[in-house]
Amino acid sequence: MPKKILFIEDEPVLQKTFGDALGSESYEIVAAVDGEVGLRLAQSEKPDLILLDLILPRLPGLEVLKKLKENEATSHIPVIILTNLEDVKNIETALELGATTYLIKANYSLGEIVDKVKKALGE
Amino acid sequence: MSLLVGALRFELGLSAPKALVLPLHHAPPFPLYLDLVYNSRMRQGFLDSLNIAKQCKKYGLSLWQCPQFLFMVLGVVVISSSLATYFIGSRFSENPEMVVLIVLIVAAVLITIGFIITQSFERLAEVVRLKAEFISIVSHQLRAPLANLRWIIDLLISGKVEQVPEKQTNYLQILRENGQRMEGLVSDLLTVSRIESNEFLFKKEKASLAELVQKTIAWLDPLARASNVEVKLSLADNLPEALFDPFQIGQVVENLLDNAIRYTKGRGSVSVTINRKSNHLYFEVTDNGIGISPDDYKYIGQKFFRGRNAFRHQAQGSGLGLYIAKAIVEKSGGKLSFKSKEGEGSTFWFTLPLKK
Repeated sequence: MPKKILFIEDEPVLQKTFGDALGSESYEIVAAVDGEVGLRLAQSEKPDLILLDLILPRLPGLEVLKKLKENEATSHIPVIILTNLEDVKNIETALELGATTYLIKANYSLGEIVDKVKKALGE
Repeated sequence: MSLLVGALRFELGLSAPKALVLPLHHAPPFPLYLDLVYNSRMRQGFLDSLNIAKQCKKYGLSLWQCPQFLFMVLGVVVISSSLATYFIGSRFSENPEMVVLIVLIVAAVLITIGFIITQSFERLAEVVRLKAEFISIVSHQLRAPLANLRWIIDLLISGKVEQVPEKQTNYLQILRENGQRMEGLVSDLLTVSRIESNEFLFKKEKASLAELVQKTIAWLDPLARASNVEVKLSLADNLPEALFDPFQIGQVVENLLDNAIRYTKGRGSVSVTINRKSNHLYFEVTDNGIGISPDDYKYIGQKFFRGRNAFRHQAQGSGLGLYIAKAIVEKSGGKLSFKSKEGEGSTFWFTLPLKK
């Protein structure tokens, strides 16, 4: 069974690009375009990994992360933060809340991010 | 007057005057227009700075809101009212109420003018703040679409969407490189805006400068090979560790080495030395590249400045690298400077304090 990745990101362009990139590695991608939908899908779809943007409509990324880690059903799912926010405060908060890795979009190529995803899934 | 204005500009934290040697069509993009405004001041010299109307127009202020002009008015009022008061006072000494009234009126006029001047300065300070904010917002907004573009190109090049013919791959790679150049510029602009708004964070720790430099040399090895430049490193014995931010100082080392390699291209070698000078670590990188024209010395390290030689040699470059490097070293408690001979090469050096 292919591993399932929930991608919470409000930009459709990125949804499509990542969908194709991760899809070709035979992962199943579930897309959420805002924080609330993301949180709901995390509970119903039981993904193996969550990719989370921080700037999101309706519910900001850090709130989503907090709620994910508070809920027993979802607290074990590794969360990779993928964002353009690079101030120390956000990075520290995200890691304290239990994010697995914090990736700044500008610093990584698509291939490197796919590698990080594989690593977080223990592959 | 110009001295006074100069001092005020300093207080407001406005940029020092700088020169722009690039031809017009290479001028920085329009968001930096304010820098161009300050740049243009450079060429005008002392006499023009006395032309108050022109100065005020430059700041976009009307004459009655312009500090330079109001200061002159203030001066004239002070001098003439002092003389008039003395004259009237000595003439109507039998009528002291009259003298008191005149003094009160003069004081009221001076207070009003002072108030307007203060407001004008607020406006100028606001312009500076807006400029920094503008750069910051624009850069942030550019980052997301640039990353999107780069990833899409990554995906296309990887062949996962569809096998790409080799000819097209070459073009895609060109696209990717150009995107990366833009991302580099945007990230430099963000760094500059952080430096200027004092939001630049340092995480100082005990670290080895020698190790950091060795890593950076290894990292730049592909560039050195491609440019046919040999990088030699000589380290003094028993170099102590120092307290600095390894990431930021790493950026400085990378920038200096990258410059040295780039402007030596195909001509020989770059030598890097680290030693201890009393209570400082001293880092030096010497190249036998194109050197810097003496005319450019005073502008080196200023924002957006690129030397004439550098520009002839390599069109790329934003002129932000050294400005950032200098700011990082200075905030770490050190100094950064250079010496150079045109046509023979340049030496850039910086120091890091060993004591806290």
